[in-house]
Amino acid sequence: MEPTDTAGTEYFHRVVDCQWACPANTDVPQYIRLIAQGRFADAYLLNRESNVFPGILGRVCDRPCEPACRRGRVEAEPVAICRLKRVAADNRGDIEDRLPRAPEVRNGKRVALVGAGCASLTVANDLAPLGYECVVFEALDRPGGLMRTNIPAFRLPTSVLDDEIGYITRLGVDVRYSSPVQSLKALLDDGFDAVFVGSGAPKGKDLRLPGRDASDRIHIGIDWLGSIAFGHTKSVGARVLIIGVGNTAMDCCRSSLRLGAKDVKVIARKPRRFFKASEWELEDAEEERVEIVVNYSPKAFVMENGKLVGMQFEELEYEFQGDDIVGQKVLRDVFLPCDDVVLAIGQENAFPWIERDLGIGFDRHEVPVIDTVTFQSTRPGVFFGGDAAFGPKNIIWAVKHGHEAAISIHKHCQGMATTERLPRGVNLTTAKMGIHEWSYSNGYEPAERRIMPHVELTKRFKKLNIEVELGFSVEQIATEVERCLNCDIQTAFTPKLCIECDACIDICPVDCLTIAPNGDATEIDERLKTPRQNPTQPLYVSEPLPQTGRVMLKDENICVHCGLCAERCPTGAWDMQKSTVKIPYAAEESRAGEAQWQNSRKAG
Amino acid sequence: MTSIAKPKIVHSGLARNVLGLTVRDYEGGMSTLCAGCGHDSITASIVQACFELGVPPHGVAKMSGIGCSSKTPAYFLSASHGFNSVHGRMPSIATGASAANRDLYLLGVSGDGDSLSIGLGQFMHALRRNLDMLYIIENNGVYGLTKGQFSASADLGAKNKRGEENRQPPIDPVQMALALGGTFVARSFSGDKEQLVPLIKAGISHRGFALLDVVSPCVTFNDHEGSTKSYEHAREFNLRAIHTDFVPPEEEIMAAYDEGDVLPVELHDGSRLLLRKLANDYDIGNRGEAIEYLRTRHRAGEIVTGLLYIDESQPDLHGANSTIETPLNQVPYEQLCPGPESLAALQKRYR
Ligand SMILES: Cc1cc2nc3c(=O)[nH]c(=O)nc-3n(C[C@H](O)[C@H](O)[C@H](O)COP(=O)(O)OP(=O)(O)OC[C@H]3O[C@@H](n4cnc5c(N)ncnc54)[C@H](O)[C@@H]3O)c2cc1C
Ligand SMILES: Cc1ncc(C[n+]2csc(CCOP(=O)(O)OP(=O)(O)O)c2C)c(N)n1
Ligand code: SF4
Ligand code: SF4
Ligand code: SF4
Ligand SMILES: [Mg+2]
Repeated sequence: MEPTDTAGTEYFHRVVDCQWACPANTDVPQYIRLIAQGRFADAYLLNRESNVFPGILGRVCDRPCEPACRRGRVEAEPVAICRLKRVAADNRGDIEDRLPRAPEVRNGKRVALVGAGCASLTVANDLAPLGYECVVFEALDRPGGLMRTNIPAFRLPTSVLDDEIGYITRLGVDVRYSSPVQSLKALLDDGFDAVFVGSGAPKGKDLRLPGRDASDRIHIGIDWLGSIAFGHTKSVGARVLIIGVGNTAMDCCRSSLRLGAKDVKVIARKPRRFFKASEWELEDAEEERVEIVVNYSPKAFVMENGKLVGMQFEELEYEFQGDDIVGQKVLRDVFLPCDDVVLAIGQENAFPWIERDLGIGFDRHEVPVIDTVTFQSTRPGVFFGGDAAFGPKNIIWAVKHGHEAAISIHKHCQGMATTERLPRGVNLTTAKMGIHEWSYSNGYEPAERRIMPHVELTKRFKKLNIEVELGFSVEQIATEVERCLNCDIQTAFTPKLCIECDACIDICPVDCLTIAPNGDATEIDERLKTPRQNPTQPLYVSEPLPQTGRVMLKDENICVHCGLCAERCPTGAWDMQKSTVKIPYAAEESRAGEAQWQNSRKAG
Repeated sequence: MTSIAKPKIVHSGLARNVLGLTVRDYEGGMSTLCAGCGHDSITASIVQACFELGVPPHGVAKMSGIGCSSKTPAYFLSASHGFNSVHGRMPSIATGASAANRDLYLLGVSGDGDSLSIGLGQFMHALRRNLDMLYIIENNGVYGLTKGQFSASADLGAKNKRGEENRQPPIDPVQMALALGGTFVARSFSGDKEQLVPLIKAGISHRGFALLDVVSPCVTFNDHEGSTKSYEHAREFNLRAIHTDFVPPEEEIMAAYDEGDVLPVELHDGSRLLLRKLANDYDIGNRGEAIEYLRTRHRAGEIVTGLLYIDESQPDLHGANSTIETPLNQVPYEQLCPGPESLAALQKRYR
């Protein structure tokens, strides 16, 4: 095989599994290290650079980083990355004077943002400090979008939302509440230099079955949660059926319990492994004694004397081939009595306020055509992000979209090509401090993931907004930070120094190093000391070694970054090096543009 | 953070042997030798070989003398017995251990100084007695522990770190073992685990004294230009004369082989060795020829490696003395030491 090029950015970036998996590429290991050092404010600010809402995300993020986490490949459970983010947020103290500020003199460019959800707020967060005048139009009377209207307060307290949104609005962002945009054309005519559409995917899917229109006790999940958040809905019947088993369903069933329901059932069409809800949301719901019923397909709403009395279902049996369903048959009809039904079967985009003759392309599903890199629509100057761009996702994706759209808007407003963007980079500096001394905590101790303490079941239903998760104790924090394997401290190899003494091979506690003759990919796989279990993980192949011409091989999959290879290497051929992934934001683009302009002035 | 011990991580890719143990169960404490020392690779090879053989760790006694090499038993098989003897005296202690418990796997680890300088007499007698043990000499040409003086295995003309030449002829334990009637005589190189691991397995399975001389570079005091025991030198001048495949008792011999090229040897425990000639001019199984071959190749500056001679037919210490099958330490005291009357009766027979 050809020697691996680690000098490029991708190799070492991929090794940091959590950061690679995070849509916004949060520098997880570094913030965990800062928490370990008690530097909560620094950890918070580092988080904020990439994910903007650490306190919110530290509670409700979808956490794609955790299934990717290396610890989960060495032990049963990954690092509680998300919970540690909350630790940074809860203990940060007053950090406002350390945030970027908007300049006294604006740059003369005006940007309109539709919706005050997390996507638009991220764009404003990135652009306001560069001097852009950001005007946010929000249909409702408060900011936050679904984070406020749909994520229940028992998961995400309002004060956390207010704090983190306040950091952005106080940058001099002009938020106009109760101002639904009814016509994009009108907005464009207003002379904005760019428009960002962050209006979300506001339409809950309906279930058109017999009896649907005969009762007002059949609710659309996201609308119903909204009306709870705004205090319009204050109660629900004793028996509630939730149709659907995604994350919205989990919030609906748990909200029902807090509105007085006694018997709550979540109805799923398919078996558990097909559920869309995250495992932890299911666990939290089941802890609250919500019953999850599988293999029931809704057939009709049943009315008696004009009143909803229950629903009719077909119980299904599936035929599997491996993990796939290849057939189904109806076993029997079942009736479940209820007082209310909540439909939680999905959301869609809806853009009734965008005229179809503005040059903004929509596909046949009425979804706008958006560039996946620049987030620009087919009309230059109009950008989309968050759920509005590619349908419902989650907060961290919306934030990522916001950052990228902000770069594009900046480029667009400065007359530069939106497609020419700064590349990512990786900086490396040695972590060696002296003999046997490294600048990170390299010891490996087996330790199980800490479990988040919850408010007692008997207490949590008293009010709608009692936050269930209490946060980690000091002991839990101390253990959990040490579980992080420091994936950003990379093993960097210098082939010409290696004398093939095998010290590194022998010491590696997970047998991920091999010295062997080079060969093609299959031969290399056969020669590895431990068979490769995860071919998606990077494999390092060195240049030929000086003494025998063999090559050093490293399977990154379960390296625990203990540094023992570097510790035992007599020549320093292995070194542990701290990598920092440089992700450009609008601010970096602006600084780069400034430098370029200065240079061209000097040259000209 | 400061240096840490090698953590015991049982990852899902770890294989298990017949005893259900992983290779981690055969490891020991963290090495305190210089990083890059050849001895550490031999440690790793011992770990690997014992794991693959499925030797029960508690059935092994690790015997050593004094020296960096003799420190290594602390770094493997932490669940085994062990004895760290006076410099050069490990063979007598091992003889005692074997006499008391013939069921033990005796694993001796020594250095060129320990065995060929101060301990030469002890070493030769253990070999002559055909004591049932694997005896590894971790051979670096110097007294590593005392900072690099030439040992008795240093080659004529080899230079030390300060450029001074060695002026005394070397003792080659392999030639000596052949001359003294050794029943298992092998050499290898710490940087060649592919060769070393099967040789360790064969040596453990052999009944009698298995001598395994392993060139094991001392990175700190003898890995420079002009040394004949450096990594570079050992790699350049390694002459692999014989290739050894170790086939455990329960396994069938799969590969077809040509009678003329391969010599199969059955060991007493049912495992088999397939010895394949790599050097055409080498005659497997001929003691005299072997010595001659070694001398010629040594004059040419080459280091001959492989299982150079084996004879399974000779009785070991216990065989020669017709001791009982039961290890003596399991024989009840009254039977072992039947009292003054029995002694008197015995003495009477000689009057
Ligand atoms: C019940 C539920 C629970 C969820 N739980 C989680 C979770 O735990 N973790 C997670 O990461 N994600 C969760 N999500 C998803 C997450 O809330 C969304 O992906 C995210 O909020 C999308 O952000 P956005 O900025 O794109 O849009 P939104 O948050 O939807 O914000 C859009 C804003 O635009 C406003 N608006 C819309 N149209 C107009 C208009 N024409 N003029 C002016 N304003 C307008 C809306 O009022 C709203 O304030 C959940 C979603 C739901 C429905
Ligand atoms: C009776 C006695 N004499 C001398 C010494 C000093 N001494 C300690 S180790 C050693 C040499 C060890 O050399 P070797 O066996 O080759 O081991 P290495 O360190 O090279 O592996 C000597 C002479 C001693 N410990 N005891
Ligand atoms: S071990 Fe730490 S750095 Fe590695 S993936 Fe998990 S959280 Fe990230
Ligand atoms: S840091 Fe080195 S020794 Fe430790 S697990 Fe990774 S490759 Fe192995
Ligand atoms: S420890 Fe260093 S010199 Fe020895 S084989 Fe490993 S990389 Fe090469
Ligand atoms: Mg020595």
